[in-house]
Amino acid sequence: MSQWNDICSVADILPNSGRCALLGGDQVAIFRVAGGDGDTFYALANHDPFSGANVISRGIVGSLGERLVVASPVYKQHFCLDSGECVEDGEVKLRTWPVRVEGDRVLLAS
Amino acid sequence: MSKREIVVVGNGMVGHHFVNTLVEAATGDRITILGGEPRPAYDRVHLSDVFAGRSPEDLALATRDTYKEWGVEAVFGDPVAAIERDKKEVVTEGGRRFAYDKLVLATGSYPFVPPVPGHEHERCLTYRTIDDLGEIRAKAKDSKIGVVVGGGLLGLECANALQNLGLQTHVVEFAPGLMGVQLDDGGSAMLRRKIEELGVNVHTGKNTQRIVDGDDCALRMEFADESVLETDMIVFSAGIRPWDQLARDCELAVGERGGIVVDTKCKTSDSDIYAVGECALFGGRIFGLVAPGYRMAETAAASVAGTDGVLFQGADMSTKLKLLGVDVGSIGDAHGRTPGAMSFVFSDQRENIYKRLVTSGDGKSLLGAVLVGDCGEYDTLLQYHLNDIELPADPQALILPNVGGAPVGLGVAALPATATICSCHNVSKGDIVGVIDAGCCSLGEVKAETKASTGCGGCAAMLKNLVDDELAARGVAVDKSICEHFAFTRQDLYNIVRVENIRSFDALLDKHGKGMGCDICKPAVASILASCWNDYVLEQPHAPLQDTNDRFLANLQKDGTYSVVPRVPGGEITPDKLIALGYVAKKYDLYTKITGGQRVDLFGARMEQLPDIWGELIQAGFETGHAYGKALRTVKSCVGSTWCRYGVQDSVGMAILLEERYKGLRSPHKLKMAVSGCTRECAEAQGKDVGVIATEKGWNLYVCGNGGMKPRHADLFATDLDDETLIRYIDRFFMFYCRTADRLQRTSVWMENMEGGLEYLQQVIIEDSLGLGAELEAQMAAVIGAYQCEWKTTVEDPEKVAQFKFFVNADATDENVVFVRERKQVRPATEEERAAMSADILATAS
Ligand code: SRM
Ligand SMILES: Cc1cc2nc3c(=O)[nH]c(=O)nc-3n(C[C@H](O)[C@H](O)[C@H](O)COP(=O)(O)OP(=O)(O)OC[C@H]3O[C@@H](n4cnc5c(N)ncnc54)[C@H](O)[C@@H]3O)c2cc1C
Ligand code: SF4
Ligand code: FES
Repeated sequence: MSQWNDICSVADILPNSGRCALLGGDQVAIFRVAGGDGDTFYALANHDPFSGANVISRGIVGSLGERLVVASPVYKQHFCLDSGECVEDGEVKLRTWPVRVEGDRVLLAS
Repeated sequence: MSKREIVVVGNGMVGHHFVNTLVEAATGDRITILGGEPRPAYDRVHLSDVFAGRSPEDLALATRDTYKEWGVEAVFGDPVAAIERDKKEVVTEGGRRFAYDKLVLATGSYPFVPPVPGHEHERCLTYRTIDDLGEIRAKAKDSKIGVVVGGGLLGLECANALQNLGLQTHVVEFAPGLMGVQLDDGGSAMLRRKIEELGVNVHTGKNTQRIVDGDDCALRMEFADESVLETDMIVFSAGIRPWDQLARDCELAVGERGGIVVDTKCKTSDSDIYAVGECALFGGRIFGLVAPGYRMAETAAASVAGTDGVLFQGADMSTKLKLLGVDVGSIGDAHGRTPGAMSFVFSDQRENIYKRLVTSGDGKSLLGAVLVGDCGEYDTLLQYHLNDIELPADPQALILPNVGGAPVGLGVAALPATATICSCHNVSKGDIVGVIDAGCCSLGEVKAETKASTGCGGCAAMLKNLVDDELAARGVAVDKSICEHFAFTRQDLYNIVRVENIRSFDALLDKHGKGMGCDICKPAVASILASCWNDYVLEQPHAPLQDTNDRFLANLQKDGTYSVVPRVPGGEITPDKLIALGYVAKKYDLYTKITGGQRVDLFGARMEQLPDIWGELIQAGFETGHAYGKALRTVKSCVGSTWCRYGVQDSVGMAILLEERYKGLRSPHKLKMAVSGCTRECAEAQGKDVGVIATEKGWNLYVCGNGGMKPRHADLFATDLDDETLIRYIDRFFMFYCRTADRLQRTSVWMENMEGGLEYLQQVIIEDSLGLGAELEAQMAAVIGAYQCEWKTTVEDPEKVAQFKFFVNADATDENVVFVRERKQVRPATEEERAAMSADILATAS
């Protein structure tokens, strides 16, 4: 059964950018994507498998075709925000977490 | 049918190409490659790039894994010692035996060392392999003077390498001129002039008799004319000899002067044995270039695979190269030896340019050409030659300087389909048109599909023209968009931002783009907005656009920590400030290093520490150094007239003035400057985007130099300027660059791609030919007026500071960052060290 954990307020994360949260022992990169009908949130592993550094939350958010992606700030591989899949390397996939907003709070499922 | 055994001896460029071609043909044979060198095939043609900074690994054509993937057995470092034709086996020096059904000899050649007494000295070297390169470097370390014996193509390349290694370089040639094979006397003389101007000493007509111990240097060369030359090392580059011993020993036919005789299928006198590349002799000739070697490899592979009809018929030996920075081109019959040939010669002693055309007696076909100092017409002339295109009525117009009037070059459109565009990979115009017809619609796709321009790169410009031309002819607009979100170039976007007074990325995207943006267009637009309006980069709409370095105002390191570089204008720093730097570094335990830009870099700062560190640095009077930004970095200075006995102007004062003026200017790529106090140039101003060198009367201004991957010396732009004019020109120059350069294009590349080049730039900046001068100056004034230290703004704003917390919901820090100590300072732990540490922790825990 998943449990929802209160992480931060919506305002802690700038629109179209990410922040890192600590969930149990895991580092989770939470992204806030601004859209016409409200903001959407995504949560991926903060660990970048290509550089070995914990930096995904510091990447630039954008789109490639229809896919929403974040680019690793180290070597610039792109990861899909919804699935965690790496665009450049089909074998690599970041873990994802369910995330939702209640009022002005951001919650992560563990 | 049981699998055949194909054995290839030699894993050089051609042996590798043979294997690659045969693997692609998927014949199902078992392939074994036996290489004499300790490493897989590499790009010998670009060997010298290693002296210019490329790593030997970058030259690799294959790795052990490549061969594994191909299912090819590969053995390195165990040369073949003998071929036993009766048993159809080869034996290596290590005693290993390999049976073959078909044997391919691709043993290449070795440098010829004339047997003069003393040539065995340990400071006498040759230049052909990566190992040789290591030897040359090692010996150069304790040498001041170096001699290259041989003034041919390879010898001059080697001389360039010695120059790059900082040696006083001499070239000693037996013949009366340089590059006698490729150049006629006039070309050779011009080349000599140019090379001597570059500081290389050329000695021709010198017959080395003996090499003995020297008095002042390690060695002394004694020549037949009784002159002598002292040197610390010698590199022999006096021609190559085919490596044909294996063939001789097993009695294959070899040429009188060496080389394994092959026919049009590259078969030797034993029809199960082929020879390809520089060890093979065809039509009485050795082909010492890689393109003909590749043709041979393809011919032999086709024959082994049973595909008929691919024949080797000899090859064109035209070459274009840059030797010691001098353009040299040689096409066909460069010496005009064909009976009845006519010559047209153009020689310009002021610019050191020499050009010669050799035509048939009726002036209709181009038999050969020599170009020295300017190879602009090479591509055109080569096409006339290779395709036997009829020359215009006045062939001399092809080499005469284009004084007014339209250029007479042969457009790509005029080439026949059979015209070879890329000789390395044998790609014709027809092949390229074919893949475009089949759907390729960019240069990148054409390259991937045909391999054109992935060899020596000599055909890159022509390929690009052809692809652009063909795409345009099909009505495909050549796509210069910066990315999928904006159908504009960076220059277009800059103009839109200025003209429409656009102040944010979203506003620009709404009006002119689509999608969300990405990691290409966001930082590019952020940079344009900063060049135009110079707002604080972490202001809300801008912050998420910035590349991580700008986003955190520091340089990201491989472990996710950052480095901190405060500005030290002109490299001048007070003892108090040095103490403050040391104090902060010590307090936060930061790895401390003096940079190549005359300032201090503090590494290993955790993200959450950055605001505190900067708070203290600002207290001590420091400002951000923009080491993270595509912005002005440093203005390097030498000590200048204040202290130096040679200095003629106050170079430190000028450097500080310039650094204070342009700090914070964001630009398409980083900008570096330097000011030297006299022509001795201790500040290396000619290696900078903008360099200033003091003269008795004022300042000489140099522009568009850089170091880095592809160094370029700056060009002299204007001389003897007073302070005011100097600054006016630099203002205009920088703003014009910000306005018209591509994303991530340094000033050097920007100017090289500019039509009209330096002269055009001088017209725009000095003569104000576009009438833009005042506007550019006003824009610069606005940027300077809007300067703020962005770290100061940041540490003063608690909301901004909060963004540096590592976890949004916890005070912990990133456990993945692990340091160890080395030479009394921290550094990131290696994988092994991390593994050992976690093993320790596990052991103590259990
Ligand atoms: C620290 C320093 C090396 C040192 O220990 O001395 C350095 C370090 C870096 N250089 Fe450099 N460069 C440093 C002087 C140079 C110089 C020498 C100079 O400026 O006099 C050059 C050659 C000159 C030139 O730029 O023309 C130089 C040519 C490069 C290049 C190649 C640029 C090119 O056009 O080819 C890069 C890559 C790039 O910018 O894309 C680069 C990039 C980098 C980066 C930013 C790589 C990165 O993205 O992480 C390094 C990070 C620094 C950091 O984390 O703080 N660095 N780099 C030097 C900082 C000088 C300073 O005080 O700001
Ligand atoms: C510095 C330099 C610059 C050059 N620049 C250019 C240029 O600009 N343009 C151009 O077209 N060409 C250039 N060349 C020439 C080009 O590199 C050669 O034409 C090409 O490498 C020939 O390929 P190959 O495979 O025949 O010989 P190689 O590349 O010499 O390979 C032969 C290999 O066989 C190995 N071998 C020899 N005997 C044995 C044995 N018994 N058992 C096992 N292995 C053996 C050798 O160790 C070697 O690794 C340059 C060469 C040099 C050295
Ligand atoms: S460049 Fe000239 S003035 Fe400057 S330190 Fe060198 S010798 Fe002295
Ligand atoms: S000619 Fe060498 S890459 Fe095309």
